[in-house]
Amino acid sequence: MNTWTRIAGAALTAVALMTAPAVAKEWTTVKLGTEGAFPPWNSTKADGTLEGFEIELADDLCARMEVKCEWVVQAWKGIIPALQAGKFDAIMSGMSATAKREKVIDFSQPYGSTGQTFGVLKDNDLAALPLQGIVFPLASKPEEAEKAIAEILPYFKGKVIGVQASSIAQGFLQKYFANTAEIREYGKTQEHDLDLLSGRVDAIVASMAYVSTAAKDPANEGLVQAGPRFQGGMLGRGSSIGLRKGSDDLKAMFDKAITAAKEDGTIKKLSEKWFGFDVTVY
Amino acid sequence: MDFAFFWEALLTLLPGVPKTLQLAFLSTGLGAIIALFLAMMRLSGIKPLDWFARAYLFVFRGSPLLVQIFLIYYGLSQFPEVRNSIFWPLLRDPFWCAIIALTLNTAAYGSEVIRGGLLSVPHGQVEAAKACGMSGFRLFRRIILPLAIRQGLPAYGTELILMVKATSLASIITIMEITGLAARLVSETYLVIEVFVVAGAIYLAINFILTRLVQGLEYRLTPHLRERPDAGIVMPTRETAGERA
Repeated sequence: MNTWTRIAGAALTAVALMTAPAVAKEWTTVKLGTEGAFPPWNSTKADGTLEGFEIELADDLCARMEVKCEWVVQAWKGIIPALQAGKFDAIMSGMSATAKREKVIDFSQPYGSTGQTFGVLKDNDLAALPLQGIVFPLASKPEEAEKAIAEILPYFKGKVIGVQASSIAQGFLQKYFANTAEIREYGKTQEHDLDLLSGRVDAIVASMAYVSTAAKDPANEGLVQAGPRFQGGMLGRGSSIGLRKGSDDLKAMFDKAITAAKEDGTIKKLSEKWFGFDVTVY
Repeated sequence: MDFAFFWEALLTLLPGVPKTLQLAFLSTGLGAIIALFLAMMRLSGIKPLDWFARAYLFVFRGSPLLVQIFLIYYGLSQFPEVRNSIFWPLLRDPFWCAIIALTLNTAAYGSEVIRGGLLSVPHGQVEAAKACGMSGFRLFRRIILPLAIRQGLPAYGTELILMVKATSLASIITIMEITGLAARLVSETYLVIEVFVVAGAIYLAINFILTRLVQGLEYRLTPHLRERPDAGIVMPTRETAGERA
């Protein structure tokens, strides 16, 4: 074999490796993308390390999948493009599987769902919203959910609602509240909390998990959860692991691990630790 | 790339143009007034005024506009004293917070442009004006300021363009100008390149028009720098000479 054939052979191998990485890839390390700013799903501690429900759940899932997992922190707004660009292999960041997102990425089965609700200041008149704490599934009981929305809608006349841009709550608000209230979009959930506290917005919409955690934070004095909870339908199946289209092998591995973690009660145990209630999707 | 999508993206982003222009023009206009005062303070020779202007420039030129917007919007609203003050109706509104931040920022840069212009006014012109009996404010208004503006115009045109682009930062405090709408569209479609190519093209178009306008103004203000047209002096040619004969 002369030098040229060797070079040609090496080049061919390189091309083969570049064009078909998924075919024979044996997963040993999986990179997981997280926002690191969405407690209790995930958050960044003062020393820069991550903690939260997903961080501990991932430890469990990765052990079941017999792979090493590494976290990559990525701002929420760019998290899907970053997955597609290959910065990491999977998104595990409290991301709900919605029809819109499913057009561009694949999802594992859901590992948790809490529903969306309102956060207000306790001296705002919205604190008296009816249907407090009742859960309305948009998909399985659409008539009841629409009736509940019609009942609370008059309270929002002329109010300003803050919501995280690109979140499922934003789509929900655009559909049902855009004609009644002004909707303001924020890059980070902490930013709409600040504007709720300063009185620039009258209410925020976020997941029940987020609102109940924010309400406990001593920095958010006066913030309380209000009104009903909505879930399912356009609000997504629940938090799932986002994967690049065609990552079928990784999807199968995650699905199997999530099923196992559900069955032996790991998800229930971890969610009670981090949320204070069970978020398992049954 | 999805080329059919470009048109849709353009239609989605164009409604953001008025907001972008409002932010850019209002803040550059208000900023120019503050800039003039700052430049005059710097050149006043009165120590406290001079040092105030220097400190102002140090702060607003030395720190990023992004940080200034954040501090004015999220920072000030933290204090109950601010929320209970007469300024709250203004500071409550994201639009006015953006205007305040952009204005204070451009005033710092603009004041140096104006100061450069004021310093470039030739002594001879000032002396000539004094010889004609002008002094004080009249001298400043009639001679020094117009000359300084003409001198500073090219640099101020650049500042205006920088301001148009700086308005894109207002999207971080919930203002839906071009970049805010673009970010929302990206989050809805995930077509990053297409949306930002269109957004970039809109900014280019705006700035193209603005540079032409500034150039036109510059042309009008500098007739003395252009070659004089031949003032009706016609060199006789053979034909015209023949006719005369």
